[in-house]
Amino acid sequence: MNFYFFIGIVLVLLFLWYIYNSLIISKLRINEALSQIDVQLKRRADLIPNLVETVKGYAKHEKELFEKITAERSALMTARGPEEKASVNNQLTHTLKSLFAVAENYPDLKASQNFLELQGELSDTENKIAYSRQFYNSSVLDYNTKIQIFPNVFFARILNFKEAEFFGTDEKDKKKVEVKF
Amino acid sequence: MKIYSEISSNKLKTWLIMVFFVVFITTIIYIFAKTLGYGLSLVGAALILSGIMSLGSYYFSDKMVLAISGAKEIKKEDNRQLYNTVENLCIASGQPIPKIYIISDSSPNAFATGRSPDKAVVCVTSGLLNMLAKTELEGVISHELSHIKNFDIRLMAVVAILVGFIALISDIFMRSLWFGGSRDNERNSAQGVLMVIGIIFAILSPIVAILIQLAVSRKREFLADASGVLLTRFPEGLTSALIKISKYPYPLKNANNATAHLFISNPFKNKESKNPFSSLFNTHPPIEERIKILRSM
Repeated sequence: MNFYFFIGIVLVLLFLWYIYNSLIISKLRINEALSQIDVQLKRRADLIPNLVETVKGYAKHEKELFEKITAERSALMTARGPEEKASVNNQLTHTLKSLFAVAENYPDLKASQNFLELQGELSDTENKIAYSRQFYNSSVLDYNTKIQIFPNVFFARILNFKEAEFFGTDEKDKKKVEVKF
Repeated sequence: MKIYSEISSNKLKTWLIMVFFVVFITTIIYIFAKTLGYGLSLVGAALILSGIMSLGSYYFSDKMVLAISGAKEIKKEDNRQLYNTVENLCIASGQPIPKIYIISDSSPNAFATGRSPDKAVVCVTSGLLNMLAKTELEGVISHELSHIKNFDIRLMAVVAILVGFIALISDIFMRSLWFGGSRDNERNSAQGVLMVIGIIFAILSPIVAILIQLAVSRKREFLADASGVLLTRFPEGLTSALIKISKYPYPLKNANNATAHLFISNPFKNKESKNPFSSLFNTHPPIEERIKILRSM
Protein backbone atom coordinates (compact mmCIF):
# COMPACT_ATOMS: atom_id res chain seq x y z
CA MET A 1 0.00 0.00 0.00
CA ASN A 2 2.73 2.39 1.01
CA PHE A 3 4.64 1.53 -2.11
CA TYR A 4 1.75 2.48 -4.44
CA PHE A 5 1.23 5.67 -2.50
CA PHE A 6 4.87 6.54 -3.06
CA ILE A 7 4.64 5.80 -6.79
CA GLY A 8 1.53 7.98 -6.98
CA ILE A 9 3.33 10.90 -5.35
CA VAL A 10 6.28 10.56 -7.72
CA LEU A 11 4.00 10.52 -10.76
CA VAL A 12 2.16 13.63 -9.60
CA LEU A 13 5.45 15.41 -8.97
CA LEU A 14 6.76 14.46 -12.41
CA PHE A 15 3.55 15.71 -13.95
CA LEU A 16 3.81 19.05 -12.10
CA TRP A 17 7.42 19.34 -13.16
CA TYR A 18 6.41 18.89 -16.78
CA ILE A 19 3.59 21.43 -16.60
CA TYR A 20 5.75 23.97 -14.82
CA ASN A 21 8.50 23.73 -17.43
CA SER A 22 6.13 23.99 -20.37
CA LEU A 23 4.49 27.07 -18.83
CA ILE A 24 7.86 28.72 -18.26
CA ILE A 25 8.94 27.97 -21.82
CA SER A 26 5.78 29.56 -23.21
CA LYS A 27 6.22 32.57 -20.99
CA LEU A 28 9.80 33.09 -22.10
CA ARG A 29 8.72 32.80 -25.71
CA ILE A 30 6.25 35.64 -25.14
CA ASN A 31 9.01 37.81 -23.70
CA GLU A 32 11.19 37.09 -26.67
CA ALA A 33 8.37 37.87 -29.08
CA LEU A 34 7.71 41.14 -27.31
CA SER A 35 11.36 42.13 -27.53
CA GLN A 36 11.15 41.43 -31.28
CA ILE A 37 8.33 43.94 -31.50
CA ASP A 38 10.38 46.40 -29.43
CA VAL A 39 13.26 46.13 -31.88
CA GLN A 40 10.96 47.13 -34.72
CA LEU A 41 9.26 49.88 -32.72
CA LYS A 42 12.64 51.34 -31.87
CA ARG A 43 13.68 51.26 -35.49
CA ARG A 44 10.52 53.10 -36.36
CA ALA A 45 11.08 55.71 -33.65
CA ASP A 46 14.64 56.21 -34.96
CA LEU A 47 13.43 56.86 -38.50
CA ILE A 48 10.85 59.45 -37.56
CA PRO A 49 13.08 62.47 -36.71
CA ASN A 50 14.77 62.09 -40.10
CA LEU A 51 11.44 61.97 -41.80
CA VAL A 52 10.16 65.05 -39.97
CA GLU A 53 13.32 66.97 -40.88
CA THR A 54 13.02 66.02 -44.53
CA VAL A 55 9.37 66.97 -44.77
CA LYS A 56 9.99 70.24 -42.91
CA GLY A 57 12.37 71.28 -45.64
CA TYR A 58 9.53 71.29 -48.17
CA ALA A 59 6.37 71.81 -46.13
CA LYS A 60 7.00 74.30 -43.39
CA HIS A 61 3.35 75.02 -42.70
CA GLU A 62 2.34 71.61 -41.36
CA LYS A 63 3.58 72.55 -37.92
CA GLU A 64 0.71 70.93 -36.03
CA LEU A 65 1.29 67.62 -37.71
CA PHE A 66 5.00 67.70 -36.88
CA GLU A 67 4.30 68.43 -33.25
CA LYS A 68 1.77 65.66 -33.05
CA ILE A 69 4.20 63.16 -34.57
CA THR A 70 7.03 64.22 -32.28
CA ALA A 71 4.79 63.92 -29.22
CA GLU A 72 3.55 60.50 -30.25
CA ARG A 73 7.07 59.36 -30.98
CA SER A 74 8.23 60.20 -27.47
CA ALA A 75 5.07 58.54 -26.11
CA LEU A 76 6.07 55.42 -28.03
CA MET A 77 9.57 55.50 -26.55
CA THR A 78 8.25 55.69 -22.98
CA ALA A 79 5.26 53.34 -23.38
CA ARG A 80 5.25 50.29 -21.13
CA GLY A 81 3.41 47.02 -21.58
CA PRO A 82 2.02 45.55 -24.79
CA GLU A 83 -1.39 47.19 -24.54
CA GLU A 84 -0.07 50.72 -24.14
CA LYS A 85 2.61 50.20 -26.78
CA ALA A 86 0.02 48.89 -29.19
CA SER A 87 -2.33 51.82 -28.75
CA VAL A 88 0.44 54.46 -29.02
CA ASN A 89 1.87 52.69 -32.03
CA ASN A 90 -1.52 52.61 -33.72
CA GLN A 91 -1.96 56.33 -33.16
CA LEU A 92 1.44 56.96 -34.65
CA THR A 93 0.60 54.82 -37.68
CA HIS A 94 -2.51 56.87 -38.16
CA THR A 95 -0.69 60.20 -37.91
CA LEU A 96 2.08 59.05 -40.24
CA LYS A 97 -0.55 58.18 -42.79
CA SER A 98 -1.86 61.74 -42.65
CA LEU A 99 1.69 62.97 -43.06
CA PHE A 100 2.17 60.89 -46.20
CA ALA A 101 -1.22 62.06 -47.42
CA VAL A 102 -0.16 65.67 -46.88
CA ALA A 103 3.08 64.97 -48.75
CA GLU A 104 0.97 64.37 -51.83
CA ASN A 105 0.42 68.15 -51.95
CA TYR A 106 4.13 68.85 -52.35
CA PRO A 107 5.48 67.53 -55.66
CA ASP A 108 9.08 68.49 -54.82
CA LEU A 109 8.90 66.53 -51.59
CA LYS A 110 7.37 63.54 -53.34
CA ALA A 111 10.22 63.54 -55.84
CA SER A 112 12.91 63.81 -53.17
CA GLN A 113 15.14 60.74 -53.10
CA ASN A 114 15.62 61.03 -49.36
CA PHE A 115 11.90 61.14 -48.72
CA LEU A 116 11.24 58.12 -50.93
CA GLU A 117 13.89 56.11 -49.13
CA LEU A 118 12.48 57.01 -45.73
CA GLN A 119 9.01 56.15 -46.90
CA GLY A 120 10.24 52.77 -48.07
CA GLU A 121 12.08 52.11 -44.82
CA LEU A 122 9.06 53.09 -42.76
CA SER A 123 6.66 50.90 -44.67
CA ASP A 124 9.11 48.01 -44.38
CA THR A 125 9.26 48.60 -40.62
CA GLU A 126 5.48 48.71 -40.45
CA ASN A 127 5.35 45.33 -42.20
CA LYS A 128 7.85 43.94 -39.74
CA ILE A 129 5.86 45.29 -36.81
CA ALA A 130 2.81 43.53 -38.20
CA TYR A 131 4.68 40.23 -38.58
CA SER A 132 6.29 40.36 -35.16
CA ARG A 133 2.89 41.22 -33.71
CA GLN A 134 1.51 38.09 -35.37
CA PHE A 135 4.21 35.96 -33.74
CA TYR A 136 3.68 37.64 -30.39
CA ASN A 137 -0.07 37.18 -30.47
CA SER A 138 0.14 33.54 -31.43
CA SER A 139 2.63 32.97 -28.59
CA VAL A 140 0.25 34.72 -26.20
CA LEU A 141 -2.64 32.61 -27.42
CA ASP A 142 -0.57 29.48 -26.87
CA TYR A 143 0.39 30.54 -23.35
CA ASN A 144 -3.06 31.73 -22.32
CA THR A 145 -4.56 28.48 -23.52
CA LYS A 146 -2.00 26.51 -21.53
CA ILE A 147 -2.73 28.24 -18.24
CA GLN A 148 -6.49 27.97 -18.66
CA ILE A 149 -6.98 24.35 -19.62
CA PHE A 150 -7.63 21.62 -17.09
CA PRO A 151 -5.70 20.57 -15.02
CA ASN A 152 -3.05 23.25 -15.57
CA VAL A 153 -5.48 25.92 -14.40
CA PHE A 154 -5.16 24.99 -10.68
CA PHE A 155 -1.45 24.80 -10.84
CA ALA A 156 -1.14 28.08 -12.75
CA ARG A 157 -3.33 29.85 -10.19
CA ILE A 158 -1.29 28.61 -7.26
CA LEU A 159 1.99 29.67 -8.85
CA ASN A 160 0.52 32.95 -10.00
CA PHE A 161 0.86 32.56 -13.77
CA LYS A 162 -1.17 35.46 -15.16
CA GLU A 163 -2.75 35.82 -18.57
CA ALA A 164 -0.61 37.77 -21.03
CA GLU A 165 -1.92 40.78 -22.95
CA PHE A 166 -2.42 40.70 -26.69
CA PHE A 167 -0.78 43.32 -28.89
CA GLY A 168 -3.92 44.74 -30.46
CA THR A 169 -4.53 46.46 -33.77
CA ASP A 170 -6.60 49.57 -34.05
CA GLU A 171 -9.88 49.71 -35.95
CA LYS A 172 -8.77 53.06 -37.38
CA ASP A 173 -5.94 51.17 -39.08
CA LYS A 174 -8.32 49.30 -41.27
CA LYS A 175 -10.08 52.35 -42.70
CA LYS A 176 -8.53 54.00 -45.69
CA VAL A 177 -6.94 57.37 -45.22
CA GLU A 178 -8.61 60.06 -47.24
CA VAL A 179 -6.23 61.50 -49.79
CA LYS A 180 -6.98 64.98 -51.09
CA PHE A 181 -5.73 66.13 -54.46
CA MET B 1 1.44 19.24 -30.32
CA LYS B 2 1.20 17.86 -33.82
CA ILE B 3 4.22 19.84 -34.99
CA TYR B 4 6.40 18.81 -32.06
CA SER B 5 5.78 15.10 -32.60
CA GLU B 6 6.48 15.67 -36.29
CA ILE B 7 9.85 17.20 -35.41
CA SER B 8 10.97 14.34 -33.18
CA SER B 9 9.80 11.74 -35.68
CA ASN B 10 11.83 13.52 -38.37
CA LYS B 11 14.94 13.52 -36.20
CA LEU B 12 14.50 9.82 -35.44
CA LYS B 13 13.96 8.95 -39.09
CA THR B 14 17.15 10.79 -40.03
CA TRP B 15 19.19 8.64 -37.66
CA LEU B 16 17.45 5.47 -38.80
CA ILE B 17 18.28 6.20 -42.42
CA MET B 18 21.93 6.90 -41.58
CA VAL B 19 22.24 3.64 -39.62
CA PHE B 20 20.36 1.77 -42.30
CA PHE B 21 22.77 3.07 -44.93
CA VAL B 22 25.82 1.78 -43.06
CA VAL B 23 24.22 -1.61 -42.42
CA PHE B 24 23.02 -1.87 -45.99
CA ILE B 25 26.32 -1.03 -47.68
CA THR B 26 28.27 -3.28 -45.31
CA THR B 27 25.90 -6.18 -45.95
CA ILE B 28 26.16 -5.79 -49.71
CA ILE B 29 29.95 -5.75 -49.53
CA TYR B 30 29.88 -8.75 -47.19
CA ILE B 31 27.82 -10.72 -49.71
CA PHE B 32 30.23 -9.65 -52.42
CA ALA B 33 33.28 -10.67 -50.41
CA LYS B 34 31.78 -14.06 -49.55
CA THR B 35 30.73 -14.91 -53.10
CA LEU B 36 33.89 -13.74 -54.77
CA GLY B 37 36.21 -15.05 -52.06
CA TYR B 38 37.79 -11.73 -51.04
CA GLY B 39 38.95 -11.29 -47.48
CA LEU B 40 36.78 -9.76 -44.81
CA SER B 41 39.03 -6.69 -44.62
CA LEU B 42 36.97 -5.39 -47.52
CA VAL B 43 33.93 -5.46 -45.23
CA GLY B 44 35.78 -3.46 -42.61
CA ALA B 45 36.72 -0.87 -45.19
CA ALA B 46 33.09 -0.72 -46.33
CA LEU B 47 31.93 -0.25 -42.75
CA ILE B 48 34.32 2.65 -42.20
CA LEU B 49 33.66 4.28 -45.57
CA SER B 50 29.89 4.07 -45.30
CA GLY B 51 30.08 5.37 -41.75
CA ILE B 52 32.07 8.36 -42.92
CA MET B 53 29.64 8.92 -45.77
CA SER B 54 26.70 8.72 -43.44
CA LEU B 55 28.11 11.29 -41.03
CA GLY B 56 29.32 13.38 -43.96
CA SER B 57 25.81 13.46 -45.37
CA TYR B 58 24.56 14.70 -42.01
CA TYR B 59 27.01 17.59 -41.91
CA PHE B 60 27.52 18.47 -45.57
CA SER B 61 24.40 17.31 -47.39
CA ASP B 62 23.08 20.86 -47.66
CA LYS B 63 26.27 22.06 -49.34
CA MET B 64 26.24 19.11 -51.73
CA VAL B 65 22.62 19.70 -52.60
CA LEU B 66 23.32 23.36 -53.28
CA ALA B 67 26.37 22.51 -55.37
CA ILE B 68 24.44 19.95 -57.41
CA SER B 69 21.70 22.48 -58.04
CA GLY B 70 24.14 25.21 -59.04
CA ALA B 71 22.77 27.67 -56.50
CA LYS B 72 24.45 30.96 -55.57
CA GLU B 73 24.13 32.77 -52.28
CA ILE B 74 22.73 36.31 -52.27
CA LYS B 75 22.99 39.13 -49.76
CA LYS B 76 20.39 41.65 -48.72
CA GLU B 77 21.60 44.21 -51.29
CA ASP B 78 21.35 41.78 -54.21
CA ASN B 79 17.63 41.26 -53.96
CA ARG B 80 15.97 43.43 -51.38
CA GLN B 81 12.43 42.26 -52.03
CA LEU B 82 13.24 38.56 -51.67
CA TYR B 83 15.33 39.21 -48.57
CA ASN B 84 12.59 41.28 -46.95
CA THR B 85 9.98 38.64 -47.69
CA VAL B 86 12.08 35.93 -46.06
CA GLU B 87 12.99 38.18 -43.12
CA ASN B 88 9.39 39.23 -42.45
CA LEU B 89 8.03 35.71 -42.53
CA CYS B 90 10.83 34.57 -40.23
CA ILE B 91 9.84 37.29 -37.79
CA ALA B 92 6.25 36.08 -37.97
CA SER B 93 7.12 32.47 -37.29
CA GLY B 94 9.87 33.26 -34.78
CA GLN B 95 12.68 31.41 -36.47
CA PRO B 96 16.19 32.54 -37.45
CA ILE B 97 16.67 34.00 -40.91
CA PRO B 98 18.06 31.33 -43.25
CA LYS B 99 20.67 31.96 -45.92
CA ILE B 100 19.15 32.73 -49.28
CA TYR B 101 20.30 31.14 -52.54
CA ILE B 102 19.21 31.66 -56.11
CA ILE B 103 19.42 29.15 -58.97
CA SER B 104 19.54 30.91 -62.27
CA ASP B 105 16.96 28.92 -64.23
CA SER B 106 13.74 30.07 -65.82
CA SER B 107 11.75 27.12 -64.49
CA PRO B 108 9.99 28.29 -61.31
CA ASN B 109 10.73 26.19 -58.25
CA ALA B 110 12.05 26.41 -54.69
CA PHE B 111 13.47 24.24 -51.93
CA ALA B 112 14.89 24.46 -48.43
CA THR B 113 17.80 22.51 -47.00
CA GLY B 114 20.20 22.41 -44.06
CA ARG B 115 20.38 20.42 -40.87
CA SER B 116 18.62 22.70 -38.38
CA PRO B 117 16.68 25.98 -38.41
CA ASP B 118 19.77 28.03 -37.52
CA LYS B 119 21.82 26.43 -40.32
CA ALA B 120 19.15 26.47 -42.97
CA VAL B 121 19.05 27.60 -46.57
CA VAL B 122 16.14 28.69 -48.69
CA CYS B 123 16.71 28.42 -52.40
CA VAL B 124 14.56 29.79 -55.21
CA THR B 125 15.02 29.90 -58.97
CA SER B 126 15.22 33.19 -60.81
CA GLY B 127 12.21 32.06 -62.83
CA LEU B 128 10.17 31.91 -59.66
CA LEU B 129 11.13 35.47 -58.75
CA ASN B 130 10.22 36.75 -62.20
CA MET B 131 6.92 34.95 -62.38
CA LEU B 132 5.36 35.41 -58.96
CA ALA B 133 3.68 38.42 -57.36
CA LYS B 134 4.56 39.39 -53.80
CA THR B 135 1.75 37.47 -52.08
CA GLU B 136 2.51 34.37 -54.14
CA LEU B 137 6.20 34.55 -53.28
CA GLU B 138 5.24 34.88 -49.61
CA GLY B 139 3.17 31.72 -49.96
CA VAL B 140 6.08 29.75 -51.41
CA ILE B 141 8.62 31.07 -48.88
CA SER B 142 6.33 30.32 -45.94
CA HIS B 143 5.94 26.76 -47.24
CA GLU B 144 9.72 26.40 -47.28
CA LEU B 145 10.11 27.99 -43.84
CA SER B 146 7.65 25.42 -42.49
CA HIS B 147 9.84 22.64 -43.90
CA ILE B 148 12.74 24.19 -42.01
CA LYS B 149 10.82 24.53 -38.77
CA ASN B 150 9.59 20.91 -38.90
CA PHE B 151 13.12 19.55 -39.48
CA ASP B 152 11.95 18.13 -42.79
CA ILE B 153 15.08 19.65 -44.32
CA ARG B 154 17.52 17.54 -42.30
CA LEU B 155 15.79 14.30 -43.19
CA MET B 156 15.31 15.21 -46.83
CA ALA B 157 18.91 16.33 -47.33
CA VAL B 158 20.30 13.13 -45.79
CA VAL B 159 17.92 11.11 -47.94
CA ALA B 160 19.04 13.03 -50.99
CA ILE B 161 22.68 12.06 -50.49
CA LEU B 162 22.47 8.54 -49.05
CA VAL B 163 19.53 7.15 -50.95
CA GLY B 164 20.73 9.01 -53.99
CA PHE B 165 24.04 7.17 -53.60
CA ILE B 166 22.33 3.77 -53.38
CA ALA B 167 20.27 4.60 -56.45
CA LEU B 168 23.45 5.62 -58.26
CA ILE B 169 25.21 2.35 -57.37
CA SER B 170 22.23 0.28 -58.41
CA ASP B 171 22.16 2.21 -61.65
CA ILE B 172 25.81 1.31 -62.28
CA PHE B 173 25.17 -2.36 -61.50
CA MET B 174 22.18 -2.36 -63.78
CA ARG B 175 24.38 -1.14 -66.63
CA SER B 176 27.12 -3.65 -65.86
CA LEU B 177 24.48 -6.38 -65.89
CA TRP B 178 23.65 -5.46 -69.47
CA PHE B 179 27.11 -4.76 -70.85
CA GLY B 180 29.67 -6.42 -68.59
CA GLY B 181 29.95 -9.83 -66.99
CA SER B 182 30.50 -12.18 -69.94
CA ARG B 183 34.06 -11.01 -70.51
CA ASP B 184 35.15 -12.70 -67.31
CA ASN B 185 37.36 -15.75 -67.89
CA GLU B 186 36.39 -17.77 -64.88
CA ARG B 187 32.84 -18.99 -65.33
CA ASN B 188 32.22 -19.52 -61.63
CA SER B 189 33.23 -16.03 -60.74
CA ALA B 190 31.07 -14.54 -63.49
CA GLN B 191 28.07 -16.52 -62.35
CA GLY B 192 28.74 -15.35 -58.81
CA VAL B 193 28.72 -11.75 -59.91
CA LEU B 194 25.45 -12.21 -61.76
CA MET B 195 23.92 -13.89 -58.75
CA VAL B 196 25.02 -11.12 -56.43
CA ILE B 197 23.65 -8.54 -58.80
CA GLY B 198 20.39 -10.44 -58.86
CA ILE B 199 20.24 -10.42 -55.09
CA ILE B 200 21.11 -6.75 -54.90
CA PHE B 201 18.32 -5.91 -57.25
CA ALA B 202 15.79 -8.05 -55.51
CA ILE B 203 16.55 -6.22 -52.27
CA LEU B 204 17.33 -2.81 -53.59
CA SER B 205 14.40 -1.60 -55.61
CA PRO B 206 11.62 -1.99 -53.05
CA ILE B 207 13.87 -0.71 -50.28
CA VAL B 208 14.78 2.45 -52.11
CA ALA B 209 11.12 3.01 -52.83
CA ILE B 210 10.11 2.46 -49.22
CA LEU B 211 12.86 4.74 -47.95
CA ILE B 212 11.77 7.56 -50.15
CA GLN B 213 8.13 7.08 -49.33
CA LEU B 214 9.05 7.04 -45.67
CA ALA B 215 11.00 10.23 -45.94
CA VAL B 216 8.87 12.20 -48.29
CA SER B 217 5.35 11.32 -47.41
CA ARG B 218 2.57 13.28 -48.98
CA LYS B 219 1.59 14.29 -45.51
CA ARG B 220 4.81 16.28 -45.26
CA GLU B 221 3.97 18.52 -48.22
CA PHE B 222 0.40 18.99 -47.04
CA LEU B 223 1.62 19.88 -43.57
CA ALA B 224 4.07 22.43 -44.95
CA ASP B 225 1.30 23.92 -47.10
CA ALA B 226 -0.98 24.20 -44.10
CA SER B 227 1.54 25.66 -41.67
CA GLY B 228 2.78 27.99 -44.40
CA VAL B 229 -0.73 29.34 -44.78
CA LEU B 230 -0.98 29.69 -41.01
CA LEU B 231 1.94 32.08 -41.36
CA THR B 232 0.67 34.24 -44.21
CA ARG B 233 -3.05 33.84 -43.40
CA PHE B 234 -3.61 33.97 -47.14
CA PRO B 235 -4.19 30.57 -48.81
CA GLU B 236 -4.82 32.17 -52.21
CA GLY B 237 -1.17 33.31 -52.41
CA LEU B 238 0.28 29.81 -52.28
CA THR B 239 -2.57 28.46 -54.41
CA SER B 240 -1.98 30.77 -57.33
CA ALA B 241 1.79 30.28 -56.97
CA LEU B 242 1.31 26.52 -57.28
CA ILE B 243 -0.93 26.99 -60.30
CA LYS B 244 1.66 29.20 -62.01
CA ILE B 245 4.48 26.77 -61.17
CA SER B 246 2.58 23.76 -62.46
CA LYS B 247 1.59 25.52 -65.68
CA TYR B 248 5.17 26.28 -66.63
CA PRO B 249 6.07 23.60 -69.18
CA TYR B 250 9.86 23.26 -68.99
CA PRO B 251 11.76 21.20 -66.39
CA LEU B 252 14.55 22.46 -64.16
CA LYS B 253 17.96 21.79 -65.74
CA ASN B 254 20.01 20.99 -62.67
CA ALA B 255 17.54 18.75 -60.84
CA ASN B 256 18.24 15.05 -60.61
CA ASN B 257 16.69 12.03 -58.96
CA ALA B 258 18.47 12.53 -55.69
CA THR B 259 17.33 16.10 -55.20
CA ALA B 260 13.90 16.04 -56.84
CA HIS B 261 11.98 15.41 -53.65
CA LEU B 262 13.35 18.57 -52.05
CA PHE B 263 11.52 20.93 -54.35
CA ILE B 264 8.13 22.47 -53.74
CA SER B 265 6.86 21.03 -57.00
CA ASN B 266 8.18 18.19 -59.12
CA PRO B 267 11.11 19.72 -61.07
CA PHE B 268 10.87 17.12 -63.89
CA LYS B 269 7.42 18.36 -64.79
CA ASN B 270 6.17 14.76 -64.97
CA LYS B 271 8.27 14.01 -68.01
CA GLU B 272 9.77 10.61 -67.35
CA SER B 273 13.53 10.74 -67.32
CA LYS B 274 15.44 7.81 -68.74
CA ASN B 275 16.45 6.40 -65.37
CA PRO B 276 14.21 3.46 -64.38
CA PHE B 277 14.22 4.71 -60.82
CA SER B 278 12.65 8.03 -61.59
CA SER B 279 9.12 6.78 -61.02
CA LEU B 280 10.12 5.73 -57.53
CA PHE B 281 11.26 9.24 -56.83
CA ASN B 282 7.99 10.70 -58.00
CA THR B 283 6.86 11.58 -54.52
CA HIS B 284 5.01 14.83 -54.87
CA PRO B 285 1.32 14.82 -54.23
CA PRO B 286 -0.57 16.01 -57.29
CA ILE B 287 -0.80 19.80 -57.46
CA GLU B 288 -4.56 19.60 -58.06
CA GLU B 289 -5.03 17.86 -54.73
CA ARG B 290 -2.92 20.43 -52.89
CA ILE B 291 -4.83 23.26 -54.51
CA LYS B 292 -8.16 21.68 -53.58
CA ILE B 293 -7.12 21.50 -49.94
CA LEU B 294 -5.76 25.05 -49.96
CA ARG B 295 -8.97 26.34 -51.51
CA SER B 296 -11.01 24.75 -48.74
CA MET B 297 -9.08 26.56 -46.02
